[in-house]
Amino acid sequence: MRRFSAFAIAREALRHHEGWGRTWAKRPPKARYDVIIVGAGGHGLATAYYLGRNFGITNVAILEKGWLGGGNTGRNTTIIRSNYLQDPSAAIYEKSRDLYETLSQDLNYNIMFSPRGVIMLAQTHHEVRGYKRTAHANSLQGVSTEWIEPDRVKELCPIMNIDGPRYPVLGGLWQARGGTARHDAVAWGLARACTDMGMDIIQKCEVTGIDRDGGRVTGVQTTQGPIACDKLGVVVAGHSGVLAQMAGFRLPLESVALQALVSEPIKPCMDVVVMANTVHGYMSQSDKGEMVIGGGTDGFNNYTQRGSFQHIEETLRALTETFPMISRLKMLRQWGGIVDVTGDRSPILSKTPVDGMFINCGWGTGGFKAIPGSGWGMAELIARGHSPLTEAFGLDRFREGRFIDESVAAGVAH
Amino acid sequence: MLILRCPYCGLNGEETELSPGGEAHLKRFGPGSDDASFEAYLFLRNNAKGVHFERWRHAYGCGKWFLAARDSATLEVYGTYPAQTSEPPADIFARIADRGRG
Repeated sequence: MRRFSAFAIAREALRHHEGWGRTWAKRPPKARYDVIIVGAGGHGLATAYYLGRNFGITNVAILEKGWLGGGNTGRNTTIIRSNYLQDPSAAIYEKSRDLYETLSQDLNYNIMFSPRGVIMLAQTHHEVRGYKRTAHANSLQGVSTEWIEPDRVKELCPIMNIDGPRYPVLGGLWQARGGTARHDAVAWGLARACTDMGMDIIQKCEVTGIDRDGGRVTGVQTTQGPIACDKLGVVVAGHSGVLAQMAGFRLPLESVALQALVSEPIKPCMDVVVMANTVHGYMSQSDKGEMVIGGGTDGFNNYTQRGSFQHIEETLRALTETFPMISRLKMLRQWGGIVDVTGDRSPILSKTPVDGMFINCGWGTGGFKAIPGSGWGMAELIARGHSPLTEAFGLDRFREGRFIDESVAAGVAH
Repeated sequence: MLILRCPYCGLNGEETELSPGGEAHLKRFGPGSDDASFEAYLFLRNNAKGVHFERWRHAYGCGKWFLAARDSATLEVYGTYPAQTSEPPADIFARIADRGRG
């Protein structure tokens, strides 16, 4: 793979940019792989990338029923933070945030990581107590966050109205090294690195069955024919339940629609990410100038990638009090993605009842921030059978009552 | 917008009038049951892509719980029925079998 560099740009500028080549290869599937990853979204690609980089396992195929990064990786609001309450969450999300810091250099692909800072607003006294508790927990976990008072919130984000009659801003949880990254670039950069290691990314290849022999996975049936494997990693977010059903077990999660929307582009007015969990809204400004806004989930099972309009209305109605200037903004487009939500709002990175089959799911409404950390842990789990990052996130935690309860810690938004 | 007919008061309720209550026809396992059954009852869900039987409450109407058969892949509604049934009634299954023949 040709490396990107200032020298390469200068060279290509002199020859009409004809030497760049494809970012990732398009190859038909082989008959057999050491590891098959189902799902070429961020988490699936990161799993494959770290399998190759950390463990030298490169006879890997990544199967994708649609197109690369076309699921939730291309549908999220790109927020990166690690200010979680529980120790296992802080460990995996902070690992992920830390990997994001140098991911552009590692991949030789600009993922546009922008550690512009994330404020989680406290707009009720309950949230004030909750976020102060999180700030204390984070300082014990080695995650750099701090509690800030309303005047500091206003200083960081001047377009905010902190005196709202209904939802006054009482302070916030500030993570200075949180931020955003370019979501497509994360998928494309990882895909490029995977191709570079000789892995096959096979798009428009839907898995229709999981082959087993005596309780052990032997391969998958796909729309491009059967493919054999030693180990199988299922990393398909909203459709995890469908894949689990193919392998004969059920998961402790349900799939619902989560929506986001962007406004027309405007001049730079907000250089931090703001999350307002009380009103189920979060907002940042993209490099193009669009205000990127995320809302809450629908309450019912849904696989259609369409959400209910009243959630958009609720989100905007609430956000206009805290951000009065957005009341005049036109919204450009709105979309939905299917998120798989567990009871404790924490992910599942686990072995399964089928030997050799591993599952990475349940990231719910907050998966993008976790892509590198999740891939790091999942790769170790697949290669070694255990990983310190993932051991608390096993499927057995539900039966054993060892929940990683982030539903209170993080409210609804992620 | 999702619209369901409440089987008790007969009104068509919009989604904003209703509260979702998750998967229907769960068999309850309580004290004395084995771990696997208790786990399945509390946590494991079919999460079907396709026909999904689920609980709803007519929260801003008569306030009663009822059940609905709905397709989670197309958002088609096959019908609603009272909550006091241990399995979906035959006419719901007939409508599911008829889908797409419209």
